[in-house]
Amino acid sequence: MTSAAAWRAAIVCAVLAIGGTGGAARAAPDGAAIALHGAGGTPACATCHGAQGQGNPAIGAPRLAGDGATYLRWQLNDFASGHRVNPIMQPIARSLSPAERAAVAAFFAGLPALTPRPAKPGANPLGARLAARGRWALGLPGCTQCHGPGGIGVGASFPHLAGLTAPYIAAQLNAFRQHQRPAGPLGLMGRVAGKLSPADIAAVSAYFAAAGGSADGGSAR
Amino acid sequence: MNDTSRGRARWRAPTPARAGPRARAIAATLALALGCSLPMAAARAADGFQPPPESAMPGGQFGRVVRQGEEIFRHTGRAAPRYVGNALRCSNCHIDGGRLAGAAPLWAAWVAFPAYRGKTRTVNTFAERLQGCFRYSMNGKAPPLGSKVLVALEAYSAWLATNAPTRAHLAGRGYPRLPKPAAAPDDARGAAVFRQHCALCHGADGAGQQAGGRVVFPPLWGPHSFNWGAGMGSVATAAAFVKANMPLGAGGSLTDQQAWDVAQFVDSQERPQDPRFTGSVQETRAKYHDSPYSMYGRSVNGHVLGSPPGH
Ligand code: HEC
Ligand code: HEC
Repeated sequence: MTSAAAWRAAIVCAVLAIGGTGGAARAAPDGAAIALHGAGGTPACATCHGAQGQGNPAIGAPRLAGDGATYLRWQLNDFASGHRVNPIMQPIARSLSPAERAAVAAFFAGLPALTPRPAKPGANPLGARLAARGRWALGLPGCTQCHGPGGIGVGASFPHLAGLTAPYIAAQLNAFRQHQRPAGPLGLMGRVAGKLSPADIAAVSAYFAAAGGSADGGSAR
Repeated sequence: MNDTSRGRARWRAPTPARAGPRARAIAATLALALGCSLPMAAARAADGFQPPPESAMPGGQFGRVVRQGEEIFRHTGRAAPRYVGNALRCSNCHIDGGRLAGAAPLWAAWVAFPAYRGKTRTVNTFAERLQGCFRYSMNGKAPPLGSKVLVALEAYSAWLATNAPTRAHLAGRGYPRLPKPAAAPDDARGAAVFRQHCALCHGADGAGQQAGGRVVFPPLWGPHSFNWGAGMGSVATAAAFVKANMPLGAGGSLTDQQAWDVAQFVDSQERPQDPRFTGSVQETRAKYHDSPYSMYGRSVNGHVLGSPPGH
């Protein structure tokens, strides 16, 4: 909660710094410009997510770089519609037009993705097992079966897990469970999260947070 | 809310009333063998066969070979590259490393061989059955009998079947067959199902998706998928697999009709030639694909499936 509060404070600062200049008619949306400098009353995404989209664990802002454009656009649209609940992102997403959301999504999708660091064997057996193999007795696939080796993300629609912090991942899994976030395409994540116990959530979250070492100085430590 | 687990539970641990005559026969045999006067209790035990947990994997030399077998099964292209000609792994179609009931588990196969097979018109050993998987499903070459690759896969399968009755039809074997569809399978309807329920992962072109140099979502057709001789090329088999296991993590969520239609669509796409190709598509069809469930040699949108490129 303290990180959410800090995040909120950061946004307020950003809005104050940039604010007051809105209202001008917007030209064809420039994703990079919105991400780095903001647009009208919308703060720059980079304020919290970093100019490289690397995220800022201290304020709970996730890494965006290299995520699929489709995935990021879905998230912004879900924030805008309120289906994904987040007091900071909802007003920001609403302040962007659908075309602007698509443009910033494409900008972050174009930034370099992580190269995963192989997890230390034996460090977190439950997390490693759920990540690789799931728990098929409950019909639960392994996380990496959709999120890719080491959780680096796959294609346009499956986001990276490596490079996110454990509290962020756990919060998302709980949000799926509590319908604070849409269940994802085909309802896949709703099914998955519903099959995880609190201990499972802690273990997979720690697993991918540790898998997020990056060649490009990304956020996860 | 959760069709998957309900669907699975239904045929995983059927109530005695639902157990087929075969299961009941096995149960009776088992009960006799065990001197047990409660045949239905035995039926339940046999129906719900559970392979040993990984923690029970043996040590020593046998354990080493079992582990090799598992590695080959889960990472076939990496662990047995000489025998693999496509981008698939055995575990793509035999989910959870060949453990999952309803996804043609290895433990149920192990206890069913040697067996007569219509496909080869002869009695095949388990090892010969494995050779067929390499030749067709993996579009590769059959490892020689007695080779390290086959021995390791046999050891892994035998270990998974620890304490299972032999010559038994264990519940969960193969893919649970679907009743005939209400309407004949239709590839145009199947294309719509594919776009809505499959393309997210397998790609709009069915070519699958990679990340970090690894195949994550396997190709369903095209040059890197299974060839025309593979079991998945039968619309009935593919429909059964898809109904129980796809979309991944949401098995049982399609209707039977959707599963039939999408299987018809997937099996109406081009893929590598049947290695038994005689030089003539129609002759090959007559010899090896004389089934309403094979699209080989059939014309779809003006193209005869299985015809060599340039024809
Ligand atoms: C959420 C992602 C996802 C969706 C959606 C999905 N699949 Fe799959 N599919 C997979 C994965 C992953 C595998 C490999 C399973 C494994 O290795 O455990 C697979 C395997 C398969 C296979 C066997 C391997 C091959 O390449 O032939 C077939 C056939 C298949 N899927 C068909 C379908 C069909 C038809 C649909 C739509 C009804 C579908 N899948 C939807 C992820 C998906
Ligand atoms: C493209 C999907 C696919 C791949 C890849 C695949 N198989 Fe299969 N396998 C099948 C199908 C389909 C069947 C027939 C199941 C049925 O008809 O019930 C089958 C049957 C089997 C059986 C016999 C099962 C039984 O109960 O009789 C064994 C054993 C087997 N496969 C092993 C393997 C091995 C080992 C590999 C890798 C070298 C492999 N398979 C790769 C689809 C596949």
